[in-house]
Order: sequence, then structure tokens, then C-alpha cells
Amino acid sequence: MLGLSKKDTFFFLFVVFLTMATPIILQPFPEGSALAQFNAGYPDLMQRFAIYGIFAIGFNILFGLTGYLSFGHAAFLGVGSYSVVWMYKLLNYNVVPGLVLAIITSGLFALLIGYISLRRSGIYFSILTLAFAQMSFNLAYSVLTPLTNGETGLQVYNDDPQILLGANHPLGPHFFGIVMQDSAKINVGGWQWTFNNGYYFCAIIAVIAFYLSLRIFRSPFGTMLRAIKTNQTRMNYTGLNPRPYTLAAFVISGMYAGLAGGLLAAMDPLAGAERMQWTASGEVVLMTILGGAGTLMGPVLGAGFIKYFENIFSKINDGILHHWFSALPDGVEEFLVFIFHPFIGKGWSLTLGLLFMLVVIFLPGGLIEGGRRLGNLFTGKSRKPTTPAKDPEHHPKPAPHVA
Amino acid sequence: MDALILQILNGLDKGSAYALIALGLTLIFGTLGVVNFAHGALFMIGAFCAVTLQRILTLSYTVEDPTRTDFLGNPLKVDTPYVVHWFGDSIGHGIIEWAVPLAILFAIPVMLLLGYAMERGLIKHFYKRPHADQILVTFGLAIVLQEIIKLFYGANPIPTPAPDAFKGSIDFGVMIGFAANAIIYPAWRLVYFLFATVIIGAVFAFLQFTTFGMVVRAGMADRETVGLLGINIDKRFTIMFGIAAAVAGLAGVMYAPINSPNYHMGMDFLVLSFVVVVVGGMGSLPGAVLAGFLLGVLESFASMNEVKSLLPGIDQIIIYLVAIIILLTRPRGLMGRKGVMEE
Repeated sequence: MLGLSKKDTFFFLFVVFLTMATPIILQPFPEGSALAQFNAGYPDLMQRFAIYGIFAIGFNILFGLTGYLSFGHAAFLGVGSYSVVWMYKLLNYNVVPGLVLAIITSGLFALLIGYISLRRSGIYFSILTLAFAQMSFNLAYSVLTPLTNGETGLQVYNDDPQILLGANHPLGPHFFGIVMQDSAKINVGGWQWTFNNGYYFCAIIAVIAFYLSLRIFRSPFGTMLRAIKTNQTRMNYTGLNPRPYTLAAFVISGMYAGLAGGLLAAMDPLAGAERMQWTASGEVVLMTILGGAGTLMGPVLGAGFIKYFENIFSKINDGILHHWFSALPDGVEEFLVFIFHPFIGKGWSLTLGLLFMLVVIFLPGGLIEGGRRLGNLFTGKSRKPTTPAKDPEHHPKPAPHVA
Repeated sequence: MDALILQILNGLDKGSAYALIALGLTLIFGTLGVVNFAHGALFMIGAFCAVTLQRILTLSYTVEDPTRTDFLGNPLKVDTPYVVHWFGDSIGHGIIEWAVPLAILFAIPVMLLLGYAMERGLIKHFYKRPHADQILVTFGLAIVLQEIIKLFYGANPIPTPAPDAFKGSIDFGVMIGFAANAIIYPAWRLVYFLFATVIIGAVFAFLQFTTFGMVVRAGMADRETVGLLGINIDKRFTIMFGIAAAVAGLAGVMYAPINSPNYHMGMDFLVLSFVVVVVGGMGSLPGAVLAGFLLGVLESFASMNEVKSLLPGIDQIIIYLVAIIILLTRPRGLMGRKGVMEE
């Protein structure tokens, strides 16, 4: 189906199912229960899952396949956001022109930066992309203020032209009349599920983005990209020039980043320069590695994991800890709260940093590899045997010496 | 003319911080071949060594002074630092006032130990892994270190004053034959520049004129042969990691009065010092120092009003612009060796 093999079709349908059912899956605990704060099924966070998922999928096409570690992808995120808000200001609140412009501008921007940066590889490439992104960030704050509105951030004002704004058009981002902010709430038993228009808009785009990346992974083009990672010299000897392929991958991942940035502005009509800072580029690197670079689902998992941590883990405070351990004797309770205190609430990034280190040290393949190892542990078989399997057919016992 | 000299001073001053951090980064990269993203965090920890020493020195005990009362009529509580109690009034307060320079002595063993522990505990296991893994694990370590500092010292910058003797400004112009009040410069910044020159000179002298340094240089050139000669080069490289950490830490200690230490100051410097290292040429010690000062001076020239009116916004991007141009025209940086990080 859709040009996918049978196995991939199942995988893709599974992903589609997961994305569509997210508002239910992420709400496993009934309202009012002690664990309800672990529910992540509210619109803002779900939108972030989808958007940063797109960002990470795109980054993975460059980093996971070609091995070129870009530290400047946040620049494209910012460009995408600015494009969308500018379309709001000039036309109206429909997100479609903005998103199209976001993809085009970030693509052109990526073409320019990629063309220059890809003359070098390794850490030099990383530093070049970092330099370009930091330049864009600094300029957005200073000289480009007429375009970016500097520190305030770009937003829509009442005196903006908005030439296509009709009398009864919604005054918030919408997709041909479907307002992003609106959501339907359904109560079943103790559970409350929020089905948000904005989330489904992002989710559908994310599914399309995932499908495209799946096709790229399985295409001859994807194979070329992997060849660049494995051995560029040998590729040269075969008579292939790796540069156009890498550049194409860079532009594609830049467009993904621009789309993600555009969607951020489509959910919340605001664009700030801090989206372009190098820490934002670092975040997408963390996401991709944490989930598993070069795997299809890994980056999405990593993005979800980090955003979940950022929003849910940071909300746990000492009071909640006391509540959890209240069944234990007082001394033990105090001790446990004391132990856990540095890792929760404001300390969530400490936990994240530790987890990230552990993943890099022990699981170079990321969470996906962790999952696979766990799976192998339970099924007792090894899907990817690291040592060649014993094969009596092809390795017969040495014949006994006969005189 | 005096404006130009002022900008050069500014640049050398900024450049000395870049140069010190870049020097440490290059020491680590040149010896162990590891790209250490946690180096900014080491700089930050150095600055917090100064904060810690200041706090230790001002540890006080409280006595109630019955002869005086506070505004509520209760006996006034007087905090007396233990140092003052032990050494008397003038020496005690003198010690507290000189906390930052004294922190140099405090920071050296701390940073050497920290560097040694980092290398033996973590980085040792990453020599055979790809560079990307080294970058990532040290990046993770940097996050962890800065969060630990945030846990203990909070998120706000902590003012750490310089000794009174260096607090004001010096009329630098008079010293080099200009009219009075032409070039006035903060005293501590001049001290920082001198300090940086001394440290850089000391590191180079150590590598150039001691047997230990000679072995290390030989190891940088050809590690295997030095190992074959029966020298335990790994141990010496570990010590070099400690020294590099100490250099970063000292840069941080002396930087504390210039910019009140906060937990993310390392990250702010890290990006720039990587640009400096790459511009200077990966693995080249003189290159790192040269590029540090060069970029510092260029940055301060670009922030002059005359230049800014000609090219608006140039002060914001000059370092990155120069880095891009140098990387594209001189692929190995200013003084890089062939074959470093070019796989």
C-alpha cells in the first residue's frame, strides 16, 4: 500500500493509529486520581509532541542517514515561525499560505547555508552551521528588528494590513475556518479526553512527514545517504559525487525544521528569536540521539520523551513527593523526599542530563536499541546476532587425521 | 588613536578569556583526541571556586552585643567571621577582601582533581568511540555539572568583588605617554589580561622546558612510538587533562569579579571558544591563543560606533563571519596541522 512493503505498511498504520489515538493514550489516569498529573493529554503538550516530532524526523534525515551533525537547525525553525506570522500580518489568519511560505523560505535558507557549510565535514561542518545559526539569531535580535520585532517577538497587531481578512473570519490561526484552539472534550467514566483541532492538524502533517521520511529511508536516495555516512571515499571511487545528495538531505531536513517552526506559530501566533538560539539546535540533537539516530521512530520517541520531561516532570514538587511516600514511616519519608528532591521540579534538567549521559554511555543506539534489547531479553532470541550464529552445515567438524 | 587603543585593550581583555579556555580545549584535544564539550562547565566551576572560598571565609558566628540594641530594642546580633576572630581585625578582613586571588590557590587542587576524576571516570572509556559520542557525552556532563551548581548556588548571579586595590579604574593612557584621562580602564580587567598572559606563558614554558612537557609533546606527535619507548604516556595525558581543567578553572576564578558567576556562564563561553579553537586550527596550541586574542580584538573593533554606522549589526556577527571565512579559505584554521579531524 502507498508504495510500502507489507511490513512497512503495518508499521505505518501502527504509527497512524498511535498518532490519532494520542489524546486517549496519553490520558491513562482518571481525573482527580493521584497519578493524574502524569497525564499528558492536554492540547498544548500534544501539539508540541507532534511539532518537535516533525523537527526531529527532519533532523534525522540529515544526521541519522548521512552522519553530518548540524548544530544550526534552530535557524530554520525560527525562519519558519517568522514566515507564518508574516503571512498572518499580511493576509489573514489562515495557516496554509504561511506554512507554504515557511517551507519555501527555510528551504532556500537551507540551500544557501548547506551549499557553503557542506564544503567541509566533521566538526568543521558542525561549527559552520553553528556559526550561521548564531549569526541569524544575533541579527534577528539587532539589525533585522524591522523584520523580526527584536526581543518582543513578532506578533499580529490591529493595524496590520491583513488584506484577506473577511468580516466573519476567525481572529486566531485557522485552517479554512477550522480554528486551531477549539477542542472537543469527552468525558468517559473518570477520564476526560480533549480532542483539539490544532493537535489533529499537526498530527496529520506529522503523519505525512513520517510517511515521506519512511519513503526516503527505503529509497535509493536513502541508500546513497547511508553510503555517505559509511564511506565517502569509496563512494567517490565508485564515480558518485556525494555533495548533491548531502545537500539535498540538508535542504529536506531544513524544510522539515521550517515546517515545524511554522506549526509552532500556527498553534500560537507568535515568533521569537530565542527559537533560533543554539540551545534549540542542541535540543533537537538530544532528541534524535536519545531516541536513536538513524532509526525511523527513534527521533519521534526522543522528542516526546524530552517534551514530556520538560512539561510533566518539572511540575512534581516536594508536596507531591510527601503525598506519594506518606504510607512510609516518617524518617524514611523524609529521607526519600530528600533524595528525590534534586531530581524533580526545577531539577528536571539534571535528571535529563543524567539520563542522556547514561543513554550515550550504555545505549549508543538510543531508546530504540534499549527497547530492542529488552524485547530480546523477553523473547530470548536475538534479532540481530552480533556474533555469527553457529551453523553446523557450513562449519563441519575438522575431519580426523587419517595417517 | 586613544579610542583605538581602548578598543585593543577591550579586545585583549575579552580575548584572554577566549584564549585561556581555547588553550585548555586544545590541550585536551591535542593530547587525548577528545572534543570536550564540558570545558565551559569547568570554566564555570572555576568561577564558583571563587564564590565558595568567599563563602567559606565569611563563615561567621553570631554573638549578642548587650551594649547595643537594634531598632526593636533587642540586643544587637553581631556576625563575626571566624577568620577575623582568628587572625585579628585587619588581617582577617584583608583575607576576606582578597578572596578572589586567594581562590587561585584553592582552585588549582580542586580543578586538577576534578579533571583527573573526569578523565579516569568517564572520558577514558570514550577513546575508541566516535567523536560524535565524545561530544554528546561531554555535552551531557556539562548539563549535569551546571545543574548541580544551580542546585547548590541557585540560578541568580552571585556578585564576587575584586580586592579594593583593584576596584576602580586606572588611567592607562598616562602610563604609555598619552594625556591624562584619555584612556581609563578598569583595573581588574588589566589584571585579568596580565594573569592570562602569565598562565599562557607558564603552560608553554612547562611544555617547552620540562622533561614532562617534552614527553607530552612527543606523545602529541606520535603516541605509539612514545609508548613503545616504555613511557607511560596515558598517565601523563591524564595529568595534562587535569592541567587543562585547571587552566579553565583559573580563567573562571579570575573572571568572577568581571561578570558575577551564574550557572550557565560556561555554556555562553563554550560556543565561542569552540569557534576560537577551530579558527586557530584543531590541535594547535599557539593557534588557539592567537585566534582567541584575534577574535577578541576584532569583536571589540566591530563594536565601535564608527564601524557600526558603516556596517550595521557587524558587532553581533563578526566572530562567526570571520570563522566562516577562515574555515572556507584556510581549511585547517590559522595554524592547524594536517590530518587532524579530517576523516
